[in-house]
Order: sequence, then structure tokens, then C-alpha cells
Amino acid sequence: MKTFLLILVVAAVTLALRLIPVYLFSKQGARMPQWLSDLSLLMPGAIVALLVVYSLKDTALALPASWLPALCGVLTAAALQHFKKNTLVSVFAATAVYMMLQRLLMP
Amino acid sequence: MFRRALKLAFPHTLPVMAGYLFLGLGFGVLLSQAGYGAFWALMMSGGIYAGAMQFVTIDLLLTGAGLVQAALMTLLVNARHLVYGLTMASRYQNTGGAKPYLAFALTDETFALLATFPVPEGLEAKQYYTAVSALNQAYWVMGSLLGSLLGQVLPFDLSGIEFSMTALFVVMLVEQWRNKAARPSMLVGVLSALLCRIFFGENNFTLPAMALICLALLLGRKQLGTQEGAA
Repeated sequence: MKTFLLILVVAAVTLALRLIPVYLFSKQGARMPQWLSDLSLLMPGAIVALLVVYSLKDTALALPASWLPALCGVLTAAALQHFKKNTLVSVFAATAVYMMLQRLLMP
Repeated sequence: MFRRALKLAFPHTLPVMAGYLFLGLGFGVLLSQAGYGAFWALMMSGGIYAGAMQFVTIDLLLTGAGLVQAALMTLLVNARHLVYGLTMASRYQNTGGAKPYLAFALTDETFALLATFPVPEGLEAKQYYTAVSALNQAYWVMGSLLGSLLGQVLPFDLSGIEFSMTALFVVMLVEQWRNKAARPSMLVGVLSALLCRIFFGENNFTLPAMALICLALLLGRKQLGTQEGAA
């Protein structure tokens, strides 16, 4: 029962955080203030940048076995996407590079 | 109609599929090791549907945390979703009955996909959004269930496959970079994230970074250029 309640609380708070902004500003005729619509235009680029940093947070800069695969993976993804523009190819090649280097470098 | 939406949305969601299946698998395995079976995996992946927070919830369950503590923790870990809802609000304007689900299913990856790639031609926006959201959650639920059922016995060493998430975010960064107007705000994002990573440590930096980004973009929105297509 306690488990159930705890999961319910986590689910409810998460749902509230996701629903409130969507419902506050998406009603027909509801006009978003200018600063807010500016913000929502500028936000995606900044947040994707933050997500890249966030997803690399467990990379240890003191351990080449940790940061070298990550760096090579990121460069592979960026270069392939820049030149080939194929999301799937970029993601799978980068992940393969990362996994291979990780196995080669880990003792 | 919706089948066509699923078909067109599917290729866009493939990288998320790889990431979600594996992360979900990891979550299911951990949850079963903590003593909670497939029923709980379904409950959490179906009802909470927030990757990082579900891992934290396992800790909360194991340490016997109280409900208030659980609520506060969720608020901190998931505050970033406020921004996603804010950004998608205008696009979700005419989604009718699908709106509650679309809002509920707005995870990091779903948001990033929908904010980056345009709706395929000849497809109603609402259908595309719903298809992407539902496919992504299906991957997550399947991964969790599989992990929960497999428990500790896994046939392959798949460690490192979670890098597909990072690669996906990098791809999105490259795509957004093509839009010159979006570049200054991306630099704001990188700098804020790195600064906060240094000052607040690897486990606590997302919230301050998010606040710093909001502040910087608000103060500099005139200079950063908010003309059409700045997203």
C-alpha cells in the first residue's frame, strides 16, 4: 500500500508539471504574454544543449577510458549528421564507436 | 488514418526506441532486484513515465522515504518538464481529446523529437504528435517489462548502448545549429550547463542550469533575436 501511494505521488507531481503549462497557454484565444512566447521560441536550442551536457554527466574527465569513447562518440554523431543528415546512421554509428572504444580501453 | 501516422512517425522514433528499450531494460532489472515485480514495472512505466525519476523512485522505495520527500524529489528532478509544456503549448493548441495524453507523455526525448523535426507532409499535426508520443511510451513500457521479467539473467553485454541517447541529443544539436537564429541561445544553453555542472556537481546541476538559461534568455531575448524560425 505504501509502495502504491508513493508511486501515485511521484506520478501526480510529474503529471502536474507536464499538464499545467500546456493547459494554461493552449486554450483557444488564450494569448501568451510576449516574453513567454519569446522564451518558448528560444528555449529548444538551449535545452537540447543542456541535455547533451546532462547526458554526459557521468563521464569522468580524469579517466581516458571514460571520456575518450564519449568524445569520439560525440564527434562521430556530429560529423555524420552534419554531412549525411541521416539521424539513424549517426546515432547507431556513434553508439557503436562508443561501445567498441569502451571495451578496448576498459581493463 | 492513424496507422499511416504511426508508419511515418516510426523512422523518427527509432533512435529513441534503441535508447528507451535499453534504459527501460536497465530500470526493469534494477526494480526486480529491489524486490518489485512486473506489476510494479508496468505501474511505474505506464503511470509515471519519467526515466530518471523512475530510477530515483527505486531509491525512495528502498530507503523507505516519506510521501512529502517523494513529492519534493519529483519536483526537483522533473521541474524541467515545465519548460517542455511551455514550449509545446502553442503547438498542442488544436489537439482536442489527445491533449491530456500529449501533455502527460512529454518526456525529454519526445519533446526533443517534436521540437526538432517538422510534421511530415500530408499528415495532421495532432496525429503525428500522438503517434510519436505513443510509440515512445510503448518502447519504454516494453523495455521495463522485459527487464523486469529477465531479472538478473541477461544473455548479452549491452553496456554502453545508453550512449544512443547522448548521440540523439548531439544529432538534434547539429540540426538546430543549421538555423543561424538559434545559435546564440544554444551557446547560452551550453555555457549555463557547463557553469552549473562545475559549481553544483554532476547530480544537482540541471535545475540551476535551467533557471540560469531562463534568466539569460529572458534578459537577452531582444538581442538573441526572436524573429520567425528562431526555434
